[in-house]
Amino acid sequence: MFRVCGLVHKYFVMTELRVSYTLDSTLETVDSAEQTASRIAAESGFDEDQVMQISMAVREAAVNAVLHGNAYDPDKKVKLDFERTGSDLVITIRDQGKGLDMEKIPDPLAPENLLKTSGRGIFLIRSFMDEVQIRPSQTGTEIKLVKHVHGSSGDVKEASQ
Amino acid sequence: MTMKTSTRQVDGVAIVDCSGRITLGEGSVILRDTVRELLAKGQKKILLNLGEVTYIDSSGIGELVSAFTTVRNQGGELKLLNLTKKVHDLLQITKLYTVFDVRDDEAGAVKAFS
Repeated sequence: MFRVCGLVHKYFVMTELRVSYTLDSTLETVDSAEQTASRIAAESGFDEDQVMQISMAVREAAVNAVLHGNAYDPDKKVKLDFERTGSDLVITIRDQGKGLDMEKIPDPLAPENLLKTSGRGIFLIRSFMDEVQIRPSQTGTEIKLVKHVHGSSGDVKEASQ
Repeated sequence: MTMKTSTRQVDGVAIVDCSGRITLGEGSVILRDTVRELLAKGQKKILLNLGEVTYIDSSGIGELVSAFTTVRNQGGELKLLNLTKKVHDLLQITKLYTVFDVRDDEAGAVKAFS
């Protein structure tokens, strides 16, 4: 009986999901993005530390989109997509800003930058996620965050039996 | 849970008990204002007790750095007390752990102020 329940649970965890949000360029969006990421990460079977990492990475990406991308412009939106596949949680955040010049982002770990009060967001995102892609989109900047569901291949196999 | 601070005095050191979230917006502003008010009163020995801080983002980290350098530039000292594992790990990966004077014993931290 317990085994059956376990299988059902694992199957649920690996169920594919695709959900999309269009959000205003406000601080509330940052909190909302973080909370949504935290919930979806927990539902996807990540442990407490991983949920924290994912929610922080999404928060930092949302901060970049709202502040640096859209600059709080009420006419510009932030698009937040979550996609859960068999082995990954993929989160995409798009803004409608003027774009991000990656070469102008200083290394926050360089001795001369250690005491700077900003510039750690992208670094934290890269530290917390397994894959990070930042690229210009048609309308602004797109950042794609991937966290692997470790050990997922075994779960999928078991769940499909 | 929003950020809250309450300050007490122990042997000439202002101990600021912080709780909640130090994040972009209100949390960061409350920390900034608290430290500025202490400095304005001439209180230059500040111990930030972060034991009840549940969450901190890059803005919050920046605010801690700002507090540290602001106090130091005015000839004072700012130390950190009781880091949670989350905050400890964040300061480790950002290489700030060795920049701050981090303590886990309040009495020892108070004595460590010069």
